[in-house]
Amino acid sequence: MKNIINWGTLLCFLLLAACQSGPTNLPILGNKDEVDGKTVYHEIPDFAFINQDSAAVTNATFAGKAYISDHFFISCPTICPKLSKSMLRIHDRFEKDEELLLLSHSIDTKYDTIPRLKKYANSLGVTSDKWHFVTGDKQEIFDIAEDYFNIAMDDNDAPGGYNHSGRLILVDENRRIRAFCDGTDPKAVDKFMDDIDLLLKEMRTPKT
Amino acid sequence: MQKVTLSFFLLFSFFALLNCNQKPYAHGKIMYENFCVNCHMEDGSGLIGNIPPLAGADYLTKHADQLACVIRYGLEGEITVNGKKYSAPMAGVPQLTDVEIANIINYINHEWGNDNGYTTITQVKNQLKNCQ
Repeated sequence: MKNIINWGTLLCFLLLAACQSGPTNLPILGNKDEVDGKTVYHEIPDFAFINQDSAAVTNATFAGKAYISDHFFISCPTICPKLSKSMLRIHDRFEKDEELLLLSHSIDTKYDTIPRLKKYANSLGVTSDKWHFVTGDKQEIFDIAEDYFNIAMDDNDAPGGYNHSGRLILVDENRRIRAFCDGTDPKAVDKFMDDIDLLLKEMRTPKT
Repeated sequence: MQKVTLSFFLLFSFFALLNCNQKPYAHGKIMYENFCVNCHMEDGSGLIGNIPPLAGADYLTKHADQLACVIRYGLEGEITVNGKKYSAPMAGVPQLTDVEIANIINYINHEWGNDNGYTTITQVKNQLKNCQ
């Protein structure tokens, strides 16, 4: 009898260990293409926006860094406060990890002016060292939403006048999407933060 | 032996009932989740600097006689909650009935450790008469 218990304990331990050694690297998400025998992954295209401090924000801003992207607007009466809250949780947990930045695109380019974005960032207690709130050409912001697997469009029937989805997207240092989650679901955000940890670990591992 | 079983049964029933009594605002909870949760959050914490908390908020007792009007017609202008100022406007929810508003108020006033007393439907109706 005692033997069975011992074996049982060992088996449980092994199963747990196997579970923990699970995936060490996140997948690369999005459509893949084969070009000249090489796999080409989905990448975030070139962009140029302007942040709450009137500074240009481009792909170069995120060179060598991973970042979280979302689409929101300040006066949004539906999902945005939850998105901002989730982004703020991520901001606080990874505040000291310099390899991770945050990028929130306002889809209300008419109303969310730079001073309003600045005020919003200040109210959350965050700065552009870590978290960029950007505005720019409306169509460019709508278009790039699709590259981030998000939806953003004018919709007079939607509360606040815009229809948009609430995904948070994790982009790696090579412009590739590695994970995403529903930013309105705190439990999904918990899991997403584990994914961020995995990516940071991968980035810190010396490449062979 | 039977006595022991019976005692356990009674004890279990007692706790089951006790548990039942702790969540009497089920309808208010559903309404809260439909109309309030996007801004004030599941845990009633709001959003720092923008949306005031409801959990532990002094506003609920200081302005108890205005809550029904705030829910139906919204709120504009600066308010102070637990010493912090908030100025983002709140949208009202005009489609809620008096009973639904009463249920939401009672849910909020008894959730997240809040214990702000019971609001009757008559009180809600009287409040709403004064803010049309």
